[in-house]
Amino acid sequence: MSRHTLSVLVEDTPGILARASALFSRRGFNIDSLSVSTTEYTGLSRMTIAVNCDLHPLEQVTKQLNKLVNVVKIVEMDTTASVQRELLLVKVKADASSRTHVLQTAELFRAHVVDVSPDVVVIEATGDPEKLDALVRNLEPFGIRELVKSGLVALGRGPVRSPTAPCGRSTAAPEPSPAKRHPAELKLRGCPDTAGRHPAPTYVRNKE
Amino acid sequence: MTEQMTGAQSLIRSLEHVGVDTVFGIPGGAILPAYDPLYDSVKVRHILMRHEQGAGHAAEGYAYATGRPGVCMATSGPGATNLVTPLADAHMDSVPMVAITGQVASPMIGTDAFQEADICGITMPITKHNFLVKDVRDIPRTIAEAFHIASSGRPGPVLVDISKDALQNSTDFVWPERLDLPGYRPVTKPHGKQVREAARLIADARRPVLYVGGGVLRAGASAELRVLAELTGVPVVTTLMARGVFPDSHPLNVGMPGMHGDVAAVGALQKADLIVALGARFDDRVTGRLDSFAPDAKIVHADIDPAEISKNRHADVPIVGDCREVLADLVVAVRADQEKGRQGEYEAWWDRLNKLRTTYPKGFDAPDDGTLSPQAVIQRLGQVVGPEATYVAGVGQHQMWAAQFVDYERPGSFVNSGGLGTMGFSVPAALGAKVGDPDRVVWSVDGDGCFQMTNQELATCAIEGIPIKVAVVNNGNLGMVRQWQTLFYEGRYSNTNLQTSPLDEKVRIPDFVRLAEAYGCVGLRCETPRTSTRPSRRPWRSTTAPSSSTSP
Repeated sequence: MSRHTLSVLVEDTPGILARASALFSRRGFNIDSLSVSTTEYTGLSRMTIAVNCDLHPLEQVTKQLNKLVNVVKIVEMDTTASVQRELLLVKVKADASSRTHVLQTAELFRAHVVDVSPDVVVIEATGDPEKLDALVRNLEPFGIRELVKSGLVALGRGPVRSPTAPCGRSTAAPEPSPAKRHPAELKLRGCPDTAGRHPAPTYVRNKE
Repeated sequence: MTEQMTGAQSLIRSLEHVGVDTVFGIPGGAILPAYDPLYDSVKVRHILMRHEQGAGHAAEGYAYATGRPGVCMATSGPGATNLVTPLADAHMDSVPMVAITGQVASPMIGTDAFQEADICGITMPITKHNFLVKDVRDIPRTIAEAFHIASSGRPGPVLVDISKDALQNSTDFVWPERLDLPGYRPVTKPHGKQVREAARLIADARRPVLYVGGGVLRAGASAELRVLAELTGVPVVTTLMARGVFPDSHPLNVGMPGMHGDVAAVGALQKADLIVALGARFDDRVTGRLDSFAPDAKIVHADIDPAEISKNRHADVPIVGDCREVLADLVVAVRADQEKGRQGEYEAWWDRLNKLRTTYPKGFDAPDDGTLSPQAVIQRLGQVVGPEATYVAGVGQHQMWAAQFVDYERPGSFVNSGGLGTMGFSVPAALGAKVGDPDRVVWSVDGDGCFQMTNQELATCAIEGIPIKVAVVNNGNLGMVRQWQTLFYEGRYSNTNLQTSPLDEKVRIPDFVRLAEAYGCVGLRCETPRTSTRPSRRPWRSTTAPSSSTSP
């Protein structure tokens, strides 16, 4: 089992969240985290899905996900070739005796205090999951009152828009990649370069 | 050029635009607006069914007969939920189908209104795609997209749920010039390198087999398959979904594989060193335990759905593409190899398979008390009716016997519910198949259990003038379940006796002959071998009325 992050570009249609998440559960997968947001394209959203599974089942679920009509593109975000972040808000007990230590710990992790009361502080931190876990571990001795984390979001490093290899691609015998098209090929509704309509579906032939 | 009309009118106009000539359905509150313009349409015939499940299966049968999406229509709530079974059935067997359902008016959605059901939510996992239309302007585009999605790529059912206000509001009818589906582009053209690799493996193999599934039927590729088989001399096995795609009389056909298959076909797969899977999906009824299935075989797997490849069994050579194009390209690649002198040598393999064929031919034990064996009835039916007819089976023992003991020579001549195993499929699907191909003789081969689930559609047949024939193979039991009780539950026959046959119980409830007559059909009974061919001959020659015959 290993952790994988899928970045899924979807059409912003009603029910797409249910379609995607229901597919994971019906194929027997647990989603570690899922976040959905708008993108640089009007009408398209990006889902970042973190899952814990082996490579073969991941390939299968990616193919199934790719069959959803509203899914435009799927890319697996490799941890080395992408920036991956979560947001943490944590309410920690911090009375006169412990406050200095709490604030020092927060500072070590480059976290901010965003709310102060006489005996608690709320700390905001961003980072990859490992860093946030470490912060939480270090804050635990002071007493954690409440904790919430956002889902993971990820973006490929470097100048190209989606730099990582398509998910689940085998090395020797290439199947058509689940990533259907490069974003550059996308002609989208509402995009400035195409006025409205899109060309009729043409079948993409695999490149040899 | 635009024209002002209601959403309901634009729905019917859209159906006419995509070439729909038949809709199977039942009206109701939320879909009622659509039935008004349907009343006037001269291009679209609506067939009033007796149950929405029947409408769905009829649409499937129509799709089998024509290759075009079958269309069914139902109202919101219970009408729509009654379509769930046929939608799941079509999804499992990749049948192109469009279901149109009414929905409560959009301001009422989510309020638990009368006859409200979230049918899009319910059918999400059992449709290829579904749409909820709340804006009257979206109707033509949605219908165009629904038919495109249902019939292209790996075919499947698409549900279009339209709110009542969208049907009632007025709009300018605009037919979309282009479809806007950025996330839907099925790959049909296979990868040339993969095809050449497959050809190389075929030439190198000693014990190859072509494992042919329903995808070859959907792709209309039986001619290409025959060319490839004859070119290479590789044995062919046809799954339940592919019966008839490759003629049973052809010497290269070694039969149907799987749990209920021929010994030679099972042996061919199990002992193969190369399996070329064409539009088949390594279903558990074919493979049994996957970890011991065909241990020595390399796998070439061609399918239009990339998600099928390496799903159950790892594919050494994956080919994504439409089976017709895959086969056509494969023929070219094999010919090129043969011109270079590379040709497979399978003589020893054929000796082995032929030995299996002669040692374990398919057969059955005829009862010695003078009663009819169901296998004999079905075999005789196949001989009398012949290969030009379409046989539509239900699910259970009679389905397996119909797959085994009728010889199929023509693609599409055998229609059944394979993946979902839906009892009650046969009568409505036969009805749909007859409507789709009226010049063909259509026989429903049904069991007494299945028949009692959907026999009310005989009323539809009688009233709408759809002359199908039904052979109810009546053993008075849920036979397949009973068979398992014999094998695995020490003959403890819990709840499998339907008491439709007087053989074990002195009752006959219902009396199928009188039931057929009550529905305005001809009903005939045969209980001895002497009379067994009469029903299949008589109604077929003398009447156009639907008929039902029954055997003990």
